[in-house]
Amino acid sequence: MASYDLQIPISEDEIRRLAVGDTVYLNGVIVTGRDAAHKYMIENFIRTDAATDTLPPADQALYEELRSLLAGGVIYHCGPVVRQDEKGEWHFVAAGPTTSIREEPYEADVIAHFGLRGVIGKGGMGPNTLIACREYGAAYFHAVGGAASLIADAVKEVLAVHKKDEFGVPEAFWVIRVERFPVVVTMDAHGRSIHSDVAADSQAALERLLAGS
Amino acid sequence: MENLVEHFVELIRRASTDLPADVEAALREAKEREADGSAAAGALTTILENVALARANSTPICQDTGVPIFYVFYPPGRGISTHQFRRQAEEAVAEATRRAYLRPNAVDALTGQNSGNNLGQGFPTFHFEEWERDDIRVNLLLKGGGSENVGVQYKLPDARLQAGRDLEGVRRAVLDAVYQAQGKGCAPAILGVALGSDRGYGYVHAKEQLFRPLGDVNAEPTLAALEERLLRECNELGVGPMGFGGRTTVLGVKIGAYHRLPACYFVSVAYMCWACRRASMTIYNNGEVEYD
Repeated sequence: MASYDLQIPISEDEIRRLAVGDTVYLNGVIVTGRDAAHKYMIENFIRTDAATDTLPPADQALYEELRSLLAGGVIYHCGPVVRQDEKGEWHFVAAGPTTSIREEPYEADVIAHFGLRGVIGKGGMGPNTLIACREYGAAYFHAVGGAASLIADAVKEVLAVHKKDEFGVPEAFWVIRVERFPVVVTMDAHGRSIHSDVAADSQAALERLLAGS
Repeated sequence: MENLVEHFVELIRRASTDLPADVEAALREAKEREADGSAAAGALTTILENVALARANSTPICQDTGVPIFYVFYPPGRGISTHQFRRQAEEAVAEATRRAYLRPNAVDALTGQNSGNNLGQGFPTFHFEEWERDDIRVNLLLKGGGSENVGVQYKLPDARLQAGRDLEGVRRAVLDAVYQAQGKGCAPAILGVALGSDRGYGYVHAKEQLFRPLGDVNAEPTLAALEERLLRECNELGVGPMGFGGRTTVLGVKIGAYHRLPACYFVSVAYMCWACRRASMTIYNNGEVEYD
């Protein structure tokens, strides 16, 4: 198991070099997005018949910003605790990952549409995301759930926030700059997933325990 | 009634930022059990570093500070009004949110609007009980959504699990709950389990079990034996910290038994993540406050 320092935007080659179990330190600008954000992106930008240039101007601007940030970029399933200082600037106080599987119905389309190279979260994702990772060259990066103060330390700057009033603090798009954000690759671009391996092994263990009572 | 707002804020701060010593010790022991260089050992190392950092900086251990759940025991004749008590605790919750000990978590189920201060319909939650002692005891649990989502209530018999209405059925249900959760509830977990009761109180009692220290041995020998067996067997599932695979999936199993209806046999499993944020305070008659 190797260890890598990656700079965002990440190239397809760099992603395809990764294998499950590798430790990665991420550097650069990432965007948080969870339940409300995924639903919003899907409904307004991705699975819509309307052309995106007919969007209201604020949504159009957000779409353009997301397109530039997420091409080769990374989305983070996270609803942070934030603090605003006297100057009005935002700081991340606690920022661990949230459970990713809720975004399974959306993530493959988000990866394909924006050209994402990575998704950070916890708990792993399902077969559709795994297929998208292989097809488009992306990886699922597992952060340690609950390690919120430690991860907040890796967040060096909050660059922008979008949809805060509409979605609330936990659900907003926070654009942040991170340095040496520690993650483990648990789904790679070769079709491997630690989560499906552990699920299969633990199922066999469960069957043994239930048979042996 | 005396003003307890600052005490409530301090209780919330402690719950959110300072992991109980027994849980931290159990995590440390778990790390020793995992293979050097494994993802499981790495996750536990990160967890322990984070616990120390959160305590030192007085910042939340986990950003999902959950639903604050208050269990309050109060004496007769000390002028306690549960209404005023609730109002003061709510004021403290809003203040703790301003001080970033809590994330604003109360979302209107109809509009999707976040109230911004952790207050809303039935949010936070309170359970009041008058008792014989002359001090006030407040137990607070901050339980995050990831772990709450993997909690499960079984109705025995359960044909899929071949689980009948007996302790073997309970065992099968609990093992299934931990298997189903995989890493999604932030293993290693602490399980609070309630046998019997109704559907609503089943979970209330299951969460009460989470206040028992990990080293606490059940006074009921049958349950003590089941707790010990389930702790061992849950760890044999091999889900491991964060679901990375490994030797520690569960840090403790705490079970309470309650009377049930003849027709009902519920097994309610409250799955608490490793960040078991429980804190308690005792307010004595002379006004002194002790946190533990």
